Amino acid sequence: MRRILPRILLGTICVLIALWLVAPTLVVVPMSFAEQKSLVFPPSGFSLQWYENFFTNKQWYGSLIVSLKVALIVALLATVLGTLAAIGIERAKGRSAGILRAILITPIIIPGVVMAIGIYAVYLDTRLVGTLTGYVLAHTMLALPFVVIAVGASLSVFDARLETAAASLGASRLSAFFTVTLPLILPGILSGMLFAFVTSFDEVIVSLFITSPQATTLPVRIFASITRDSDPTVAAVGSLTFLATTIIIGAGLLVGTRRGRSK
Amino acid sequence: MSNSNTKPDGAARLGWAGVRRHPLLLVLPALVLLILIMAVPLITIIARSFIDPVPGLGNYSWFFSHKLNLIVLWRTFVISFWVTISCVLVAYPYAFAMSVAGPRLRLILVLCVLVPFWVSGVVRTLAWVIILQDTGVINQFVIWLGFDKLSLIRTQLGVTIGMTQVLLPFMVMPLFAVMRGIDLRLIEAAKSLGSHPVKAFFQVYLPLSLPGVFAGATIVFILALGFYITPLLLGGPSSTMLSTLVQQQVMSLLNWGRGGAMGVILLVATFGFLALASPFMRRKYDISGGSK
Repeated sequence: MRRILPRILLGTICVLIALWLVAPTLVVVPMSFAEQKSLVFPPSGFSLQWYENFFTNKQWYGSLIVSLKVALIVALLATVLGTLAAIGIERAKGRSAGILRAILITPIIIPGVVMAIGIYAVYLDTRLVGTLTGYVLAHTMLALPFVVIAVGASLSVFDARLETAAASLGASRLSAFFTVTLPLILPGILSGMLFAFVTSFDEVIVSLFITSPQATTLPVRIFASITRDSDPTVAAVGSLTFLATTIIIGAGLLVGTRRGRSK
Repeated sequence: MSNSNTKPDGAARLGWAGVRRHPLLLVLPALVLLILIMAVPLITIIARSFIDPVPGLGNYSWFFSHKLNLIVLWRTFVISFWVTISCVLVAYPYAFAMSVAGPRLRLILVLCVLVPFWVSGVVRTLAWVIILQDTGVINQFVIWLGFDKLSLIRTQLGVTIGMTQVLLPFMVMPLFAVMRGIDLRLIEAAKSLGSHPVKAFFQVYLPLSLPGVFAGATIVFILALGFYITPLLLGGPSSTMLSTLVQQQVMSLLNWGRGGAMGVILLVATFGFLALASPFMRRKYDISGGSK
């Protein structure tokens, strides 16, 4: 009896916390099918007008296209730069490698608004405000730490002797890397890439400062919509991104567990 | 593959030899990006805080001589403090459950922490607006129960609730990483030696988990100091944080010097706190290294 009571208590607390974590996100879903033109809960009626509005209003779907473009380039760029850096740090070890690693992770710690006004100041001088290049450079910098951390984590459990073994069996350094090291650290690289994509797709603070009417990213568009009017199209966008990420993560989990089983 | 094996390209060979001797060359591309897009902007802001509009410490003496600024600075610390405390209180039992759960249940618990993490931050904040607003979900429930309306939105309480949910993953993950390494048999040993379970928890388990608490609390506090979107959308004039003032100075008043000075103060607070906390975080490595 004494052992069961704490368990029930812990279970109840955890269910409540899990609800508190997940439920607010789900509130957006019923709102997106509402008939009324306000964000009042509970929604009344049923309509698909807000989804229709999203896909027919150029301001909305245009910003989605900008965000997707930027996030895809950022995912590739940050993954290449971050993976190279993580490998360099892992190979070099020592004090200077530790310092470099700390430097590469600082973008996470710098307060967003400070970073934003700094980048805005530099972009004003270099005419990068509201350009794809501007978004890509800023987001890649912000995404870099996540790739370095993810790839670094899989490199730290990677046995470097495997590469030496491949080299001793006659493989060149390059082919040893591509046939031995790369496949083994691939999960780390892929999760870093996913993180980089999400970081860019989700980034709002820096984007808010460097945005322009010609090229607005989706989060900036959502932010503007929330502060200006209570347009339920926002709820439709939120539900769509929620659905998309759920599918991506679900697929990732399925692949992951299948891999785990086949081992 | 076999081609590169037998006939390595001269230039590539030279490059690889250089990289092999100086592996840190691989860090160079990333470093160049950080210098251009992180270091140069930060230096620009720091410089402007000292020279814009006139050289000197004018912007800083302005900041510290105006009461409103000091109130907001203090409030930024207070809100971050409460967010950190509530993150610890919520994350501790949750991370403990994760560390003792079976693999399937653990996966569900991890997913529940990460789901909010994977949904656009702005949309998540919008969800909190819908829930907390005067005609929101919570207030409808409260009124249905027969109580008076609660003011949640545009208050510090609302901001704290929203920020805690956003920052919780940063607390749960380091806690879980430390807790899964703690040997639960230690508690059994303490109990078998006659210790009361509650006492065994406070004397054995809690001290062992403290490095995780410190690591998570440091990250949460630092990130909370710089929060911008959540306080802006959930807060009101009584819950403005420093980031909002920075934005107002630069974007609305075009006063780069004052905005820059506030930014520098925010930076100093962030790195100062990190420097203060890092000795406590370092203990983590000692313990986990020793137990392995």
